[in-house]
Amino acid sequence: MLGNVVRVAAVAASGGGGRLGSSAAGAMLTSRTFLKRTRAGAVVKVVREHYLRDDIPCGAAACRLCGARPAGAGLEARPAGAASHLCPGPHYLLPDTNLLLHQIDILEDPVIKNVIVLQTVLQEVRNRSAPVYKRVRDMIANPEKHFYSFTNEHHRETYIEQEQGENSNDRNDRAIRVAVKWYNEHLKKMKNEENIQVIFLTNDRNNKEKALEEGITAYTCEEYIKSLMANPDLVDRLACISDEGKEIESGKIFFPEHLPLSKLQQGIKSGIYLQGTYRASRDNYLEATVWVHGDAEENKEIIIQGLKHLNRAVHEDIVAVELLAKDEWVAPSSVVLQDDSQNEDDIENEEEKENILKASVNKNMLRPTGKVVGIIKRNWRPFCGMLSKSQIKEARRHLFTPADRRIPRIRIETRQADTLEGQRIIVAIDGWPRNSRYPNGHFVKNLGNAGDKETETEVLLLEHDVPHQPFSQAVLSFLPKMPWSITEKDMKYREDLRQLCVCSVDPPGCTDIDDALHCRELENGNLEVGVHIADVSHFIRPGNALDEESAKRGTTVYLCEKRIDMVPELLSSNLCSLRSNVDRLAFSCIWEMNHKAEILKTRFTKSVINSKASLTYAEAQMRIDSAGMNDDVTTSLRGLNKLAKILKKKRIDNGALTLSSPEVRFHMDSETHDPIDLQTKELKETNSMVEEFMLLANISVAQKIYDEFSEFALLRKHPAPPPSNYDILVKAAKSKNLEIKTDSAKALAESLDKAESPAFPYLNTLLRILTTRCMMQAVYFCSGMDNDFHHYGLASPIYTHFTSPIRRYADIIVHRLLAVAIGADSTYPELTDKHKLADLCKNLNYRHKMAQYAQRASVAFHTQLFFKTKGEVNEDAYILFVRKNAIVVLIPKYGLEGTVFFEEKDKTKPRLDYNSEVPSLTVEDTTFRIFDKVKVNIMLDASNIQHQKIRMVLVEPKIPGKDVPANPTTEASVSNEPEKKKKKLQK
Amino acid sequence: MAALELLSDEGYRADGRRAAELRKVRARMGVFAQADGSAYIEQGNTKALAVVYGPHEMRGSRSKALHDRALVNCQYSMATFSTSERKRRPHGDRKSSEMTLHLKQTFEAAILTQLYPRSQIDIYVQILQADGGNYCACVNAATLAVIDAGIPMRDYVCASSAGFVEDTPLADLSYIEEASGGPQVALALLPTSEQIALLEMNSRLHEDHLEEVIEAASKACKAVHAVLDQVVRDHVQEVTALLGD
Repeated sequence: MLGNVVRVAAVAASGGGGRLGSSAAGAMLTSRTFLKRTRAGAVVKVVREHYLRDDIPCGAAACRLCGARPAGAGLEARPAGAASHLCPGPHYLLPDTNLLLHQIDILEDPVIKNVIVLQTVLQEVRNRSAPVYKRVRDMIANPEKHFYSFTNEHHRETYIEQEQGENSNDRNDRAIRVAVKWYNEHLKKMKNEENIQVIFLTNDRNNKEKALEEGITAYTCEEYIKSLMANPDLVDRLACISDEGKEIESGKIFFPEHLPLSKLQQGIKSGIYLQGTYRASRDNYLEATVWVHGDAEENKEIIIQGLKHLNRAVHEDIVAVELLAKDEWVAPSSVVLQDDSQNEDDIENEEEKENILKASVNKNMLRPTGKVVGIIKRNWRPFCGMLSKSQIKEARRHLFTPADRRIPRIRIETRQADTLEGQRIIVAIDGWPRNSRYPNGHFVKNLGNAGDKETETEVLLLEHDVPHQPFSQAVLSFLPKMPWSITEKDMKYREDLRQLCVCSVDPPGCTDIDDALHCRELENGNLEVGVHIADVSHFIRPGNALDEESAKRGTTVYLCEKRIDMVPELLSSNLCSLRSNVDRLAFSCIWEMNHKAEILKTRFTKSVINSKASLTYAEAQMRIDSAGMNDDVTTSLRGLNKLAKILKKKRIDNGALTLSSPEVRFHMDSETHDPIDLQTKELKETNSMVEEFMLLANISVAQKIYDEFSEFALLRKHPAPPPSNYDILVKAAKSKNLEIKTDSAKALAESLDKAESPAFPYLNTLLRILTTRCMMQAVYFCSGMDNDFHHYGLASPIYTHFTSPIRRYADIIVHRLLAVAIGADSTYPELTDKHKLADLCKNLNYRHKMAQYAQRASVAFHTQLFFKTKGEVNEDAYILFVRKNAIVVLIPKYGLEGTVFFEEKDKTKPRLDYNSEVPSLTVEDTTFRIFDKVKVNIMLDASNIQHQKIRMVLVEPKIPGKDVPANPTTEASVSNEPEKKKKKLQK
Repeated sequence: MAALELLSDEGYRADGRRAAELRKVRARMGVFAQADGSAYIEQGNTKALAVVYGPHEMRGSRSKALHDRALVNCQYSMATFSTSERKRRPHGDRKSSEMTLHLKQTFEAAILTQLYPRSQIDIYVQILQADGGNYCACVNAATLAVIDAGIPMRDYVCASSAGFVEDTPLADLSYIEEASGGPQVALALLPTSEQIALLEMNSRLHEDHLEEVIEAASKACKAVHAVLDQVVRDHVQEVTALLGD
């Protein structure tokens, strides 16, 4: 509530046990009265009842005084926590609010057990930080941690009134102390051989003194953690909260002060400040953009430049910005800058760098520019990265470099720098005082050696927020019991399609087969085509732990050598996988078509199938091509192939886009799992055959569920990109004398088809790659919350995901909707709540995006491993983008993209001339334009083990004054041109 | 700031009650001498006063008279000082008219109106302080007042509300719980026969949960019945003791 002004007298009313419904609990009634200000500004008096009870258990396992034990583990009878020399006896811990907020990382350590969390504390935490609250709740729910939350505010003996002149913080502190005292007395009454003590942990000096006066054992967190005998390393994980003492240490103030929240809110209301999400630039640590919230058309995106203007904001924070005067506006710089200074307080250097940004720019490139005046909400999370050890040997303070370049470096204090060097670690930010160039943080966890495959995989999963813990027992308990077989009950709403000649076509090595097909001729001469999708929703019932876990994961994540399943393996690779020659439950979509691939009838049914063959794309292709084979499966495949070709043509005539993105496949060593060869993925006719039918099924299902549930169908849309997105594509094509029309998807598709250059066969693919980059992200949405359903890339008015329920949660929801629509299953509350569905879509979109990033990061890491073994190579490359001081090139052979810098440290800078109109970059006398063919030298730059990266240096054309390896050590061993590859954009 | 937690993980509601527990109920009968029946009830901070006149001859237009039973005439009003911001109109607004109708419906179902053809029974209820469950407090107060007036009823009519938060039905909602916008069911029950006199629900609730919520509300009604019954017995004892003197 707003301004809790006064809490006036509380009237304690009759103590004679009021009757409380069915329970006979004795309770006392008191009322809390306070004044509060309403939104409109009026002051009103609020009276709330407050019942005090004496049936709230203390949570100690050995306690016989308290009646019913609460559900859950509670506190151990003999607390066997870590041995501490401060308090050798058995004890429970009772932290205060600030301790919980700041030292949550320590409390989460398995060593810390038997902690009492008071309701007062829990409520304060809840109001101040939702993520910490969630973590505390998780700990309370974890039976091994023995955390117990005591509802002290409703306990007859621990409830206290706010006194006259006491503010609510002091009152809460007193309430905590009263509870500690009560616990100590209560535990004494247990008359055990050894008395259990409750230890109050607080970092607040005043509070601690008061506690000691009242005879409570109180320690600061630091004192207690340091006293733990067996765990000296825990000390590193203490958050360093800057006391006033530390701030005087260095007088230099780097940053302007943050305004208080009340001022920010006023400013935002009156329009002086704008509220938005802060997004740091990946390439330039001195630049960021703020995405302004709300629907205002102008000033949607504000540029922030320079350390002082960035003012300690960290990526993803919600900030308030003030716009600068128009003459101070700047253009987004195309410079790539990395923060690599060793001296941490080197400010002159920064100014010099900032000046680079301010180099003269075209007037019309200027964008709204602002400065951060305050932080509305921090969005800090633990960050993965590595330690850059201080040069001073004995130093305890070190800088930590996060793996994500958008996050600033963090200063941490640790005694184990030597062991942590070269390791991937996790660090959390504690604060960022005004006098510090870098934020302060503390060490959380060590992940392992940098460069190890396991460690790096862990890092990229963590960095992309991919839930990858093994499935919990609770989740696994909802799996069907093995051996599993189809029962009579399962058959109730199912059709038996086991006699059909169904087969599946998938990439080699695929174990989670979620789709199978069949095609047969009917007596009337028409064709019957069926798409059979694994019936995952049969096994995953709504609302149970298994369902919740899969909803949280959202999608299966495929990394180069690992798969992070969305559902447990028993389902993904066995019961739901439509393997050959076993009976499997399926959800079938069956069409009757004529030979022109026109749909005459569509029906959906749950079914049982028995796949006759699981083929790879190559095998299926071989069967179709070899004239000698005429078995059922092959005829079925040929029929499908024929129809697919017609369908595809129809789709393309409708304006569906065929886009391209380079994709590679690693050949792994079977034992070490090291990549030994890189190959671009090859697509066969059969790929597109399967895809075509999946598209058709998705569209048919989308239509069906939308017809049935117009308000809560889960659909997928692909918005048309704004025309400005295509600027770069049009410009690039123009430089090659080609015209790309972008007014409609169809025009775009046609002009892309025509854009061929006989002298430059790869140009078309490059154009398609570039087009892909112009596209918007396709997203899931709930039909009741949106009215634009169009799928731009597929040129379909409606679309959804139905065909991969094993690896996408969206499909499971679509299955449930469809099942309800055909009367094969019953609905449940969450399914028909469009707000819940919209929330779910939000999570799914986020998980899909993150999964994609994780996948890319995994490919990048394996590419590095590959070049590590391969050494230096020279390869042909094409320029994809031109930047101010660099060019981005694509090496078709490896599908690898990289940046070639023209400025190097400690070397004379070449003369650079950037023209943003074309765009082109002239280095000395050589001009680079988009799509120019160049030759680059590729090598793994391991000089900086913090960030190993692929380094590319230009070999051809030669630039005077640039060092070019005269003799490339090895010329690429394989020389055949890569096959032209096409891939449709991510549908 | 996070919104108020209506039901904590430990199972306590914002005011310290458990999910199925009622607020403290206190009631008195025969508070006014001039009316035929009267009663005062407190359910937590919700306070209501009910007064009954009749059965008596039809007043006003005689044409409204029913030839086979008594007419139940109700009026619901809220004191201008009953809410934290002063109310302008004590009665006659849409909400009060709706409440009036609900009350009428409830008591027509409970009072044995066929015993008094061509006559009228007036029930006036006023909310003195509103803190959630206004309708229920009114019904409970009116029941006591009707009993006080000695008008024969099929059974007590007991009312209670129930809500649904975090998959748990909550009995007897307070104002903050009502204001949170969740589903809310008001149930008026004839407890011994378990007949429903009135059932009202607002905002959406999935039908799967409806049964649980009604179950919780009817349990609460029965608990209210026990309290009211005790109040009536105490009152009768007191009155007979006085007469015996």
